[in-house]
Amino acid sequence: MTKSELIERMLTKQPQLSAKDVELAVKTILDHMSQSLSTGERIEIRGFGSFSLHYRSPRMGRNPKTGDSVELSGKFVPHFKPGKELRDQVNESLGA
Amino acid sequence: MRALTKAEMAERLFEDLGLNKREAKEMVDLFFDEIRHSLTHNEQVKLSGFGNFDLRDKSQRPGRNPKTGEEIPISARRVVTFKPGQKLKIRVEAYAGSESI
Repeated sequence: MTKSELIERMLTKQPQLSAKDVELAVKTILDHMSQSLSTGERIEIRGFGSFSLHYRSPRMGRNPKTGDSVELSGKFVPHFKPGKELRDQVNESLGA
Repeated sequence: MRALTKAEMAERLFEDLGLNKREAKEMVDLFFDEIRHSLTHNEQVKLSGFGNFDLRDKSQRPGRNPKTGEEIPISARRVVTFKPGQKLKIRVEAYAGSESI
């Protein structure tokens, strides 16, 4: 499912809203989530899961073209931990 | 630790888009419900700019009860993984906080 398919599916369940409204709502939600993570704030959605940041230590890397060593600084990467409900439901779909 | 919740997301839809409070709450619920629905039907979810939720089938592997040391097989399972998109990765990399969250 892509973002535009998500918007379409939401629209069929909220037919009183315009396509524009639903599209804007999805964009606003995703932007709000990105904004939170980029300021170091976690996201917690009960039953779905939580997003947080994981730290990656500085390391020596290589320029794949030249083979030169380059120093890579420490950085944060987004991490998602599925909630129990989502984990269980997804796992149950395995046998289906 | 502060965390963003669905209530705050709904509040933003109310403030920025002028949806009424009930609609705003329903939209946020629907957003996560539809993603969950896809994932529980073995369908990958791709949200460009944010990231992809992928499904991976893991085969059975040997495990151990950490307390007793007894060997118990870990059954085959399906798991969700999240792969952040380039845009989100770049935004987050810039976060200079020292405290791990």
